[in-house]
Amino acid sequence: MIKVRIPTPLRPLTKGQGEVETNAASVLDMIEALNTAHPGIKDRLCDDTGELRRFVNIYVNEEDIRFLKGKETSLKDGDEVSIVPAIAGGAPCRM
Amino acid sequence: MATMKALVCRECGKEYPTKAIHVCEMCFGPLEVKYDYEEIKRSISRKKVQDGPHSIWRYADLLPVEGPVFLGPHAGMTPLVRAKNLGAYLGLDELYIKNDTVNHPTLSFKDRVVAVAITRARELGFDTIACASTGNLANSVAAHAAAAGMRCYVFIPGDLEAAKVLGNLIYKPNVVEIEGNYDDVNRLCSEIAGEHGWAFVNINIRPYYAEGSKTLAFETVEQLGWRTPDHAVIPMASGSLLTKIWKGLHEMKYVGLIDEVRTKINGAQAEGCSPISTAFKAGRDFFKPVKPKTIAKSLAIGNPADGYYALKATAESKGSMDMVTDEEVVDGIKLLAQTEGIFAETAGGVTIGVLQKLVKNGIIKKSDCTVAYVTGNGLKTQEAVIDAVGRPVRIQPSLAAFEKTFKMGKNGGGDA
Repeated sequence: MIKVRIPTPLRPLTKGQGEVETNAASVLDMIEALNTAHPGIKDRLCDDTGELRRFVNIYVNEEDIRFLKGKETSLKDGDEVSIVPAIAGGAPCRM
Repeated sequence: MATMKALVCRECGKEYPTKAIHVCEMCFGPLEVKYDYEEIKRSISRKKVQDGPHSIWRYADLLPVEGPVFLGPHAGMTPLVRAKNLGAYLGLDELYIKNDTVNHPTLSFKDRVVAVAITRARELGFDTIACASTGNLANSVAAHAAAAGMRCYVFIPGDLEAAKVLGNLIYKPNVVEIEGNYDDVNRLCSEIAGEHGWAFVNINIRPYYAEGSKTLAFETVEQLGWRTPDHAVIPMASGSLLTKIWKGLHEMKYVGLIDEVRTKINGAQAEGCSPISTAFKAGRDFFKPVKPKTIAKSLAIGNPADGYYALKATAESKGSMDMVTDEEVVDGIKLLAQTEGIFAETAGGVTIGVLQKLVKNGIIKKSDCTVAYVTGNGLKTQEAVIDAVGRPVRIQPSLAAFEKTFKMGKNGGGDA
């Protein structure tokens, strides 16, 4: 089993659960598995082209997957995954 | 005041109420405060600003608070120093240092953003304030929390400078040292923020907090006699400060305080942590996170949340970015201290080092009015320069020893 920590904005999709368990061989797999169990979650994590959204960070055992193999990063039993929104706030003006 | 209309997602445009939320629940985009600019236009004027308090709160019309009670009443309005000596050394006719090494109460630009964040947190009814910090932010949050009588948690990386750790403890907040770098602290805090009903100034309060940085733009323009500089040189950690200065300049034009913005925005990073500058130089509009390794710890954010927007702002302004080595950071600190008498922390060394490079590369020209943002105080990062400043000259308490050491003759002496 892989433990996945769910950030607040996604909890309405997981019936309020902050942590869910799933089986998956990779991050990509995990997103599909989460989407099956909690329909709609994939759209929130990925854009129209299937790429992870710009402000979504995913960590496997505390390591940013961008330092691993991105979406292809493999997962094994006992791994812990965190989905964390980037905390940007700056933006050029929109007036 | 009370000019906030909503929070709006920067990416998809969805609107939210002005509460303690920072992420769009649809697309994870960052939320930005949406103001009633028509109302602000009617209300604000140069005279009203100049008649206001000698602090960031003279610009309350453009800040995301309801008022009329402002916490952190003395933040901001730091000196804009005409740097004649450093200008002459670099070959610039009109160079200024925006000197936030003397901000109140904790000697860094973070006093601006925290004053705004804690004011808003109070308005939203919080009794506990927290932050993830590379040091300066924690110092400011701890001090403001003490003054406001709020409970406080600050989370810092395990390798901070001693003065920045002490600068938390003295105010007696809960100081949590994380075994890891800032990016680890940040990730953990994002998760903690989801579990506790606290005001995390740079997480769930971030849409308000980050707006405080605009005051660096407002004050600069006012102190220059209501004109924008040709160039701004700004240190980048998350990239938020740079994007907010750019935003602030444009807001001033939009609400009628100035007629034009002619500023080129330039970003500065240390080589050991330069994901944004590296992306800029490669002509990319996205950055690759890095593992930081630099003495400029206050800028050591390897996964800069606002990097994307900083790249965009710099490109829009036709500005530039560059980076300097740790050695150049130390040289920059010394140069600023020895020409202008201003002791900056490592981030200031980054700014001065990059300023020097931009002049050398012909990006900043002799006649360009240039403002360099020096955002933190050197007394907090003494470790960085302790081996680069020499030792005192030690002598016996006798006139003869002094005269001999300094080779005093009838016409005065020289250096030892």
